[in-house]
Amino acid sequence: MQLVLEKRAERSNTIALVSPLIAIGLTIVTMSILFAILGKNPISALGVYFIDPLTDSYSLQEIAVKATPLVMIAIGLSLCYLANVWNIGAEGQFLVGAVAGSWLAVKTQGTDAGPWVMPAMLLLGAAGGALYALIPALCKVRFGASEILVSLMLVYVADLFLDYLVRGPWRDPAGFNFPTTAEFDPVATVPVLIEGGRLHLGAVITLLVVAAATVLLGRTIKGFEIRVVGAAPRAARFGGFNSNQLILLTFAISGALAGLAGIIEVAGPVGHLQPGISPGYGFTAIIVAFLGRLNPIGILIAGLFLALTFIGGEQAQIAMKIPLDVTKVFQGILLFYVLACDSLILYRFRLIFPSRKVSRGAA
Amino acid sequence: MGLLEAIILSVLAASTPLLIAATGELVTERAGVLNLGVEGMMIVGAACGFGGAWLTGSTIIGALCGIVAGTLLSLIFAMMTLGLAVNQVATGLALTILGIGLSGLIGAGFVGEKITPAPHLYIPGLTDIPLVGRILFGEDAFVYFSLALVIGVWLFLYRTRTGLVLRAVGDNHVSAHALGYPVLRIRMFAVMFGGACAGLAGAYLPLAYTPFFIPGMTAGRGWIALALVVFSSWRPARLVVGAYLFGAVTILQLHAQGAGLGIPSQFMSALPYLATVIVLVLISRARTGGSTAPAALGTVFVPDR
Repeated sequence: MQLVLEKRAERSNTIALVSPLIAIGLTIVTMSILFAILGKNPISALGVYFIDPLTDSYSLQEIAVKATPLVMIAIGLSLCYLANVWNIGAEGQFLVGAVAGSWLAVKTQGTDAGPWVMPAMLLLGAAGGALYALIPALCKVRFGASEILVSLMLVYVADLFLDYLVRGPWRDPAGFNFPTTAEFDPVATVPVLIEGGRLHLGAVITLLVVAAATVLLGRTIKGFEIRVVGAAPRAARFGGFNSNQLILLTFAISGALAGLAGIIEVAGPVGHLQPGISPGYGFTAIIVAFLGRLNPIGILIAGLFLALTFIGGEQAQIAMKIPLDVTKVFQGILLFYVLACDSLILYRFRLIFPSRKVSRGAA
Repeated sequence: MGLLEAIILSVLAASTPLLIAATGELVTERAGVLNLGVEGMMIVGAACGFGGAWLTGSTIIGALCGIVAGTLLSLIFAMMTLGLAVNQVATGLALTILGIGLSGLIGAGFVGEKITPAPHLYIPGLTDIPLVGRILFGEDAFVYFSLALVIGVWLFLYRTRTGLVLRAVGDNHVSAHALGYPVLRIRMFAVMFGGACAGLAGAYLPLAYTPFFIPGMTAGRGWIALALVVFSSWRPARLVVGAYLFGAVTILQLHAQGAGLGIPSQFMSALPYLATVIVLVLISRARTGGSTAPAALGTVFVPDR
């Protein structure tokens, strides 16, 4: 028996819609098996993971809080991936954005600076992330260096730089030697939407970003260029599109969004700069981008779903002593299934049963 | 033992995992497959390698566990990219994300445990030669194995017919297919070889480098190994130079941190990563007259029947 791929005459739109659902279904089946191996009841574990967080308002808000950075980063990444360039260093751009914005918060601490501080911090965060993302983009455009490896290496550099700042020059003198800055002043904080809640202005900004990306990709020439350069580079050259310029543009946008997400996270839910501000948002956003089929609305839904797994994972750890790493395994398996199901959009799977002679050429 | 001798010994130890992982990836890429999951396969190899050695007390069984774990993960990658024609970059990233989670899950039970590190060779007389004795005749078996592996891969790629076919598959899969070579099967074996090497390289870390397991202990070495393959221009001999160069950077920055030059330790720790970026830029810049990469690297191949 042999599996053979047959190219479809045109991409199947039905499967494009249902493939993420098939992938989620397959992931849940696989996770049930994993839970059983870990000696936990799969049904109750799945309940804690996917149902419980949806039943109380605190967890629902928390899902939106976690989805905020995921969606914002993933929107930027989707532009890169549509243009067929690979920014996988969003985690680093997130951290650099957080650092760049925090600089202003640290410098204005305790002064009577006005309410301009927070918006300025957001701008600085976006600018920092964009500049940091332009390093791999420039290395790619000018020297032909792999943007994948350069952007990833810069994640480690950003991580170490943040660590240096909060252990060295920016450490809170009254912080009992903990590696953290002092709590940001109220003017340097992203306000919450409902008094006493956790949902903050960042969620609104994310929705605006989703709307802007929908318009950019669906209604503008630039959006069309991004798609063409990614899908048909030769056609794009004939069409006179400048692919180098697009690489710089998509990296700058995705870096800016990752940096914005970083400073919003620090000035919002966290409230100060410290190591470990990101539980791998920059990497999880890659999964969000693919699960959302590189489509802004899809990414919004996918971001909420992956945020659910973060919250569910935390609750499963508390309630059932399921290790937190299960969440990462879950996310990895999900990405595998998403990619596998995506293959169905372009190809038809056919099982061939050999009659006499096994044909050579496929494994 | 002098300081210089100690530095050279630790450079060799730091370079060995890079060399093993990069050699495996080189073969994979020569067959035209870009597997970005090296980091994931390495970290699972480290967890399984430590687990095997801790449970049985045997370094060899630990190393085998690492190899098996890396190979199994690479098989998932092969199924996806070769069987289902999925984008190799995305699948490699998925493999790394999965690997980091899996290693945490597997290794959770071993954190804080210690094992006896892999024994070092000792030949009376030879190993006792001052200066060069320990360096040439006093390493652990992995160091010698890694060099043998590179020589073996070089012989295979350039001196055997199968090696020639593998390179042909990596340069032009359509022609290779037309000549009747089983493109996907050859690529599958190449991917598995890469996985086995990555698993072994990961296992080296807890088995010989530091005798315990900590989550995330590969610390980007898998990615550096990928960069080394680019650095080597896909040639095994240059890989040795690259790996030892990077090992040297890693160790020298550690010594500089110890010497207390007044430079913040984080800046020194960032050196290997910055060096990777600089090397990638310089190497890519030097290649103005066309790339030396396998021509079909990273492209999907679906045989027509």
